[in-house]
Amino acid sequence: MYGFAGQMIRINLKTGDIQKRLLPESFANEWLGARGMVAKILYDEVPRNADPLGRENKLIVAPGVLTGTFVAAGSKCGFGAISPATNGHADASVGGHIGPELKFAGYDLIIFEDIATEPVYLFIEDDMVELRPAKHLWGKGSLDTEKQLKDELGEDFEIATIGPAGENGVVFACITHDFGRNAGRCGVGAVMGSKKLKAIAVKGTRSIPVYDLKSLTAQTEAIIQRTKPHPNMAPWQKYGTALFVGWSNDQAAFPAKNFQSSYYEDWPSIDGERLVKECKVADKACFGCWMNCGKYSRAKVKDREVYIEGPEYETIALIGGSCAMTSIHDVAYGNYLCDNLGMDTISGGSVVAFAMECYEKDIITKEDLNGHELRWGNINDFEFLMNKIAYQEGIGKIFARGTKGAAELLGKDSIKFAMQQKGLESSGYESRWAPSMLLSFMTADIGAHHNRSWSITVDMELGRDEIKGKAPVVVYLQHIRPLFDTLSICRLFWGELDVMPSEYVESLNYVTGWKTTEEELLRTSEKIWNLTRAHYLQRNGGPGRKHDMPPARYYEEPVPNGPAKGKVLTLESVNAMLDEYYEARGWDKEGNPTAELLQDLGLDYVVKDLKKIGQLGKPLPGGIPKVRGQMLKPKAM
Amino acid sequence: MKIKVNKEACSGCRLCRQICTIYHFDEINPRKAALRIEAQFPTPGSFRPWVCTQCGKCAEACPEQAIYEREGIYFIDKDKCTRCLICVDACPFNVMFVHDDVDIPIKCDYCFKCTEVCNTGAIVRID
Repeated sequence: MYGFAGQMIRINLKTGDIQKRLLPESFANEWLGARGMVAKILYDEVPRNADPLGRENKLIVAPGVLTGTFVAAGSKCGFGAISPATNGHADASVGGHIGPELKFAGYDLIIFEDIATEPVYLFIEDDMVELRPAKHLWGKGSLDTEKQLKDELGEDFEIATIGPAGENGVVFACITHDFGRNAGRCGVGAVMGSKKLKAIAVKGTRSIPVYDLKSLTAQTEAIIQRTKPHPNMAPWQKYGTALFVGWSNDQAAFPAKNFQSSYYEDWPSIDGERLVKECKVADKACFGCWMNCGKYSRAKVKDREVYIEGPEYETIALIGGSCAMTSIHDVAYGNYLCDNLGMDTISGGSVVAFAMECYEKDIITKEDLNGHELRWGNINDFEFLMNKIAYQEGIGKIFARGTKGAAELLGKDSIKFAMQQKGLESSGYESRWAPSMLLSFMTADIGAHHNRSWSITVDMELGRDEIKGKAPVVVYLQHIRPLFDTLSICRLFWGELDVMPSEYVESLNYVTGWKTTEEELLRTSEKIWNLTRAHYLQRNGGPGRKHDMPPARYYEEPVPNGPAKGKVLTLESVNAMLDEYYEARGWDKEGNPTAELLQDLGLDYVVKDLKKIGQLGKPLPGGIPKVRGQMLKPKAM
Repeated sequence: MKIKVNKEACSGCRLCRQICTIYHFDEINPRKAALRIEAQFPTPGSFRPWVCTQCGKCAEACPEQAIYEREGIYFIDKDKCTRCLICVDACPFNVMFVHDDVDIPIKCDYCFKCTEVCNTGAIVRID
């Protein structure tokens, strides 16, 4: 078996039992790794009524078939679990070096089951796999834990950790690696914490078997030389994703004050230029990536000086714009707080922004905050709430549930501006004048995350006000974009440097010896999509449409300022987009997958599961579309 | 002919270590690379590549005269090497490496493949 390291590990944390076995070839070939393997294992193994933070949930760690090989940025590692934020399938990926390291140690998949009696961490050095006591690490910050484990074990171990937020069940807790890279979304860190698993430390010294290394090397060397002079290369290397702060404002897509607006007047104080000038200390790349988008920074706030990788675009959007910060140091410091406490910066920023708006609207008061305040742009207030959340103290207990959970407790129509979908806070793109971007968020299987489909450029190309004709493109993007998370490599060479999907297919065939095609891979991606959708419906009931409705802000409140001033969607237009989307997917009008589609994708076993809960889509009069999804590659920004 | 290191430019991608093992061992295994990247995190936050300068200290230290020089580059004669690893200890930059699967120490032979893939200018070929 080429491309895969060849082994999987199943660990029962309660008994300490560690079972190693060969990775089943048919399973690996069908699900490819990361998001694919996560989807199948969660579907098959976790009871539908399992508490996401209980013993029956599983934490899965899975790099993918291309991770660690000589391809454009084969750096990623997938983490998966049932999400405490969405109560559905969740996968989150992290770059850095731990995915490749796991494969160099010989493993493609780790499944953690049950709950340890005392805090532990997993130690892996090639064949040696053991659970070690982690009492001395429990309670420590993510970054502090990584440093301590490196001091204990050696610099050449790759480490993934959780912080206090993960230990304390904050539903948007993340898993942190490489001093500031995160498997950020969906609360995978809370699941890790619920299992009393503090960290994973890995060192591997083996090679990954590649079918045709000579051809792979020639191909990738050519891609390296071709992309070095690409016009997007230099700006990416200089600013990383922070490059897009100004662009996003120009496009009226930047979230300001909890998405009240799509234009943030103070953006020049928190953009890439400021970051590079005032905070950056080094460029930092993931494994095998020659566009090094990571900016390692030093932030000076109050009497403190802290170091962190970032802030990148999303963090600047959610902590910067959405909380209305006016200094890049404050944003970087907020980034550090989130990372060390172990919280996703997207959800973390969004939750604080939501709380600030609740404070502005008197839904929460000084009294609720023990005399503290939650003022826009105030880093002290930000820090106060972050600490309360991470340790589940006082008002923090409410906001540790995420914006949706908090809004359900707070009431007073706050759900209308809880900027999330299915319980996952939205990435940093305000979408009242970008309908296809909103549709991407509305329909994403894990909630409002931009790694599923990013389509503002589709709105630009097909018309910013246009509602119709975009859904099939969103469907295509929802297949191609997560495909990178399945192969477990970075998508940015595709998105920004014009490395074509066909080239990745070629790489995959060199690595594995397969003769697969782009069409087949997209079909696998579609299969995974439908599996996770069906899983979500089984855990949360149906019909699907009710889970796909966006926060009311998008269709009730016109944008107050900036290039999109006055723009707002309507409930009718939102529903019209869903109608077109379901049709393009081969789902029924209520957003439930049909038997014909599931059977076509080889998911026959899902048909009976959906039938059992009464959520199998009604047969479509004209049958399912033969081609689902329409290609329109987003232009690089 | 040498490899110039611009340490501030390194971003720690380790592409150099991948290509090194591909060309020398026909496999992807950075643990067999003949150069290393020192990472200092969380503070001060820096990478630094360490590469062989062909200084010859390894050859001087070798008790078997198993390391010889040709056109300014030092090579290990695998028939003479006894894997005593004295050369590894003698290397002033810790850029001679040991791996369980490899009979002799791993040493840079100035193929310059690493400099070809580096995109940040951290390691540059100087003729």
